[in-house]
Amino acid sequence: MERFIHSVTLDRDKCKGCINCIKRCPTEAIRVREGKASIIAERCIDCAECIRICPHHAKKALCDPLEVLEDYEYTIALPPPSFYGQFNNLEEPDLVLAALRDLGFDDVFEVARAAELVSEATRRLMQEGNMPRPVISSACPAVARLIRVRYPDLIDHVLPLVAPVELAARMAKGQAMEKTGLPAEKIGCIFLSPCPAKVTAIRDPMGTSKSQVDAAVAVKEVYPRLLGLMKKRQAADNLATAGRIGIGWAESGGESAGLVTVDSYLAADGIENVIRVLEDLEDEKYPGLDFVELDACAGGCVGGVLQVENPYIAKAKLKTLRRYMPVSKNHLGKSIPVEMLWDKDLVYAPVLELGETRAESFARYSQLQQILEQLPGLDCGSCGAPTCQALAEDVVRGAAEVEDCVVLLRRRMEALLRDTLGEKVPPPEDKKEE
Amino acid sequence: MPDELIRLEYTVPGDDFTRAGEASADMKQSLKKMGVPSAAVRRAAIALYEGEINLAIHAGGGQITVWVTPEQICMHLEDQGPGIENIELAMSEGWSTAPAEVRSLGFGAGMGLPNMKKYADEFAIESTVGVGTVIDMKVNVG
Repeated sequence: MERFIHSVTLDRDKCKGCINCIKRCPTEAIRVREGKASIIAERCIDCAECIRICPHHAKKALCDPLEVLEDYEYTIALPPPSFYGQFNNLEEPDLVLAALRDLGFDDVFEVARAAELVSEATRRLMQEGNMPRPVISSACPAVARLIRVRYPDLIDHVLPLVAPVELAARMAKGQAMEKTGLPAEKIGCIFLSPCPAKVTAIRDPMGTSKSQVDAAVAVKEVYPRLLGLMKKRQAADNLATAGRIGIGWAESGGESAGLVTVDSYLAADGIENVIRVLEDLEDEKYPGLDFVELDACAGGCVGGVLQVENPYIAKAKLKTLRRYMPVSKNHLGKSIPVEMLWDKDLVYAPVLELGETRAESFARYSQLQQILEQLPGLDCGSCGAPTCQALAEDVVRGAAEVEDCVVLLRRRMEALLRDTLGEKVPPPEDKKEE
Repeated sequence: MPDELIRLEYTVPGDDFTRAGEASADMKQSLKKMGVPSAAVRRAAIALYEGEINLAIHAGGGQITVWVTPEQICMHLEDQGPGIENIELAMSEGWSTAPAEVRSLGFGAGMGLPNMKKYADEFAIESTVGVGTVIDMKVNVG
């Protein structure tokens, strides 16, 4: 089986073994084992909900430090559209872009610029009409991962275009090689990432065999250093290269709005909502829909866990920033360049089946029903699984034992005490005899 | 024999329309865990969803029993509702007696029974006015 690479990881020393993350995880990918949380790799989609919820800050996103700049002879910063929503009173992206150069990057390539090309390519692909409807955006990697492990019938609907950040890296690297004469490996395309899912998408890309993004630094690491540099700067050259469509990708609904001519679309954000939409799409509950945009984070990319600003405030700031921008500053030539297309299919990697074969899954489901009858149904999480159902599934998979249930354990202990000490021990509350 | 047959049971409440769809959603997850191929899961889930909505809109609720074998998904829907006067008419596309408030939610397009027949491999309906309706649907796992 394929190895799953993730960017959400655990700081074992900080983990108290509480149940916050196992309860919050939308794919039931976390268990507490021997007092520490552990992530089931094939189930995790890097949505970062566990990072949001952990009160002990034990869940971390694996990003690169800013010192990664030293690994390359020529570096290019790739700021995403949502990045501009982090700053107060920004009238143009220019100041941010100039400050990134002051920080030590040799050049800057806006992801919003590539996003406008992805919007145009999407419009063309949809006009060709060969893709099954609705077309589902592939831009949020957590959503693409979720579809890959849970919704095999929707895989054909996923837009086979690389994400804007990937296209930005490809274009930026090509231009830099031409300009500097340096080989590709000496040029570093460094993404300022809003979330761990994007970091994973670089290390273990979907739809493409190799990412041209070389590193990902968290927005929250760059932000404080940039603030000082922005204050020092009075003016900046005209560096901004994107219009309203490109900047619009920062938030939920922006990618759909960039399709302009498609009016039957839906945009959902927040992982629980995304799951509800995918379930309904799987059941064909909404015929006549042309495009579906799904973002794992509430609000869209502005809601990424590595961002600094409150997502809704960031949205308001972006609205002001966009006000006098042209619709789009970037356009494709006659055809969609091959570097924008996926070169690898998305392959279904099932995680729900209880067994390796159909016969095994079927037999295990039967066992599961019997185990569920024994369990108390409190969903307390004390066994380390998020629900009694999840514990029962772990048991039939051989990853846990019914005895892990602390409620059953207490009942057994009390019965044992009663047998040894006789009447002195009162019967358990829930089994009181009359 | 018990190993070869899995039973799932649901009660569709007649007084809370917002809960309609929970049974088919749960069956879908269960079938996936049993390793049933996705095409069969989808057809069964759509057919049951339509039936479940009908139970909630027209029958004042009802009972659903699903039997699953490695080869087949059998869905049995039963209600004690008003019954259907003219089954042939009810089976025709676009014919509906759904009340206006349900239509405003996007239901009542008259496609429920036709869709159940379309997505199931076998479909049987029996109804007696004043007594209730029984529907049996089978989806071959393939």
